[in-house]
Amino acid sequence: MTSKLLITLVLGAASWSMPAWLTAAETIEIGCVAPLTGPQAHLGKDIENGARLAVDTINASTPTIGGQPVQFVLLVEDDQADPKTATVVAQKLVDEGVKGVVGHLNSGASIPASRIYAENGVPQVSPASTAVAYTNQGFDTTYRLMANDSQQGKALGQYATRLGKRVAVVDDRTAYGQGLIDEVVKSVEASGGKVVGREYTTDKSTDFTAILTSLKAKRPDVVVFGGMDPQAAPMVRQMRTLGMKTPFMGGDGMQSAEFIKLAGPAAEGAVGSSPGLPLEQMPGGADFTKRFGERFGKVQIYAPFSHDAAVVLIQAMLRAGSAEPKQYLPELAKTQLDGVIGPIAFDAKGDLRDGPVTLYQVKSGQWQPVETIGGPAAK
Amino acid sequence: MDVLLQQLINGLILGSLYALVALGYTMVYGILELINFAHGEIVMVGAMVSVSVLVALTAAGVPVALALPLALAAAVVVCVVTGVLVERVAYRPLRNAPRLAPLITAIGVSIVLQNLAMIFWGRQYLSFPPVIEVQVYAVLGATVSNIQILILVVAALTMGGLLLLVNRTRLGRAMRATAQNREVAGLMGVDVNRVIAATFIVGSALAAVAGLLIASYYGIAHYNMGFILGLKAFSAAVLGGIGNIPGALLGGLLLGVIESLGAGYIGDLTGGFLGSHYQDIFAFLILILVLTFRPSGLLGERVADRA
Repeated sequence: MTSKLLITLVLGAASWSMPAWLTAAETIEIGCVAPLTGPQAHLGKDIENGARLAVDTINASTPTIGGQPVQFVLLVEDDQADPKTATVVAQKLVDEGVKGVVGHLNSGASIPASRIYAENGVPQVSPASTAVAYTNQGFDTTYRLMANDSQQGKALGQYATRLGKRVAVVDDRTAYGQGLIDEVVKSVEASGGKVVGREYTTDKSTDFTAILTSLKAKRPDVVVFGGMDPQAAPMVRQMRTLGMKTPFMGGDGMQSAEFIKLAGPAAEGAVGSSPGLPLEQMPGGADFTKRFGERFGKVQIYAPFSHDAAVVLIQAMLRAGSAEPKQYLPELAKTQLDGVIGPIAFDAKGDLRDGPVTLYQVKSGQWQPVETIGGPAAK
Repeated sequence: MDVLLQQLINGLILGSLYALVALGYTMVYGILELINFAHGEIVMVGAMVSVSVLVALTAAGVPVALALPLALAAAVVVCVVTGVLVERVAYRPLRNAPRLAPLITAIGVSIVLQNLAMIFWGRQYLSFPPVIEVQVYAVLGATVSNIQILILVVAALTMGGLLLLVNRTRLGRAMRATAQNREVAGLMGVDVNRVIAATFIVGSALAAVAGLLIASYYGIAHYNMGFILGLKAFSAAVLGGIGNIPGALLGGLLLGVIESLGAGYIGDLTGGFLGSHYQDIFAFLILILVLTFRPSGLLGERVADRA
């Protein structure tokens, strides 16, 4: 009894103390999906927090749509980094009537979910998915704020040819590794380099001495690997064991702390790429780190991207004067704004135009940014 | 650089690792006619234990010259205990059961060990600490590293020791007698249970050595590493003639060399149609060929009358 009374009292007090504009404002729901449980939960939470910061900041500025005051509400769902769950929560968000979605993290989740959003006309801005296929499905509702694997392969190829004209490549025959290396090969050839050897492995192998020996005989100036860190680390170790001093490069699959841990001293000098700018080099990075830090703590990776994803969606609604996807979708496509991550504009497919890719090098056991290819620096 | 020679050296190293593991399969098969599919997991346990101990010891400031033998000793102890336990719990109660039953148990044990390792060490890869600084020597246009030489030496010593044990000691004679005919050996006063336990002890100790060498060579250890390794070593044992100890040595070395040459040249030979990621098919291709044309293996004796 007493607790019920207490709740009534608190609720009563709350409704009394609410400012008039808040109770009067229309609420617009925006979905936010990321893995909030499982091994990637910390990255998913990063996405949620980034989007939340954006929504709260915009709400505090008393936004209006068509002269009516509005408030934005974030509906958060957990896709567990699982393609099947992703479609289930996507359907749930659509049924709840969200006007736009920030998410998902994994390409494997974003791609199946994007079909559901597209069929229901709900715009989706992914802060993290990089697979080329995501924006290649012909949907007008799919957007992303991170350079895709094709832009990454291009950057890797350009950097590789600067280290030497003779480039050797290895991929692990996964969709990611093969896709990345195909782009590297194109880019190397476009930059005047020559692919002197192409070898293959699998995402479960640990012995690379045979393929490395074949490559060594072709005297490459640089070896580029498309795959993940459990293969990249033993590969670079075995290169050094075989007496190959050739520089070693790879994509974001190996640009991890795990790679340095597994490869040990052999990791030194390796170059890895990652989409986006390093946080400290983002135009709004310092300010964002401070504002985010006050509420949520340390930025993992994706918070600036999910923040901007929410901003991009809401700004399009405000410009269009409507939260109806049909009305604001054309405005979303025309987005031109300076986000935390840098200038944001989309190409016809919904990819970030001139998405920057940053190259990092292992120096004294740490990934240090060495160069950004594409993005604002290129202009 | 001499590519062919380099591929041969790579193959010999890989092959001596396969041979060490194949010995475990062949010894158990020789005595029990049981294919101990859990043997690959014993190697994995050896690798995981030696890496963990080495990491802990080097972090505590123990010098490498002491830490390495201690890590090996720990791996041997854990592997031997695991091997003997597996024999006692999973195989001994089924010794007189139809032959399919212990085979299925062996697969079950393999899955159990893998999952226990996953629970205990987690899903991530363990990194072998870089305690040995890599030195590379040039030999006739190819290169050999100090780690590779170490692997060859340790593998050769271990296998030499095993041959001595089997051919020159009382225990070895009891093992050979049990392999020939378990009942008669028992009647002649051989304690068959002890001999079988000893076989598992020796096989598991070899697996521990192999685990340490593999972890140090590739720099990583993982709960899942024993599966493919076990299959390949089993293929090597069949290639040499399962149940035959020199056969396991020969089979392992051959398989390593064939795999290296295959992975190195398959792309050129097939005009790029098959790439080097088909490296793993060689072991199994050879397994099929041997089983078709020479079921008893290269050095194996005809066992048709016993099967």
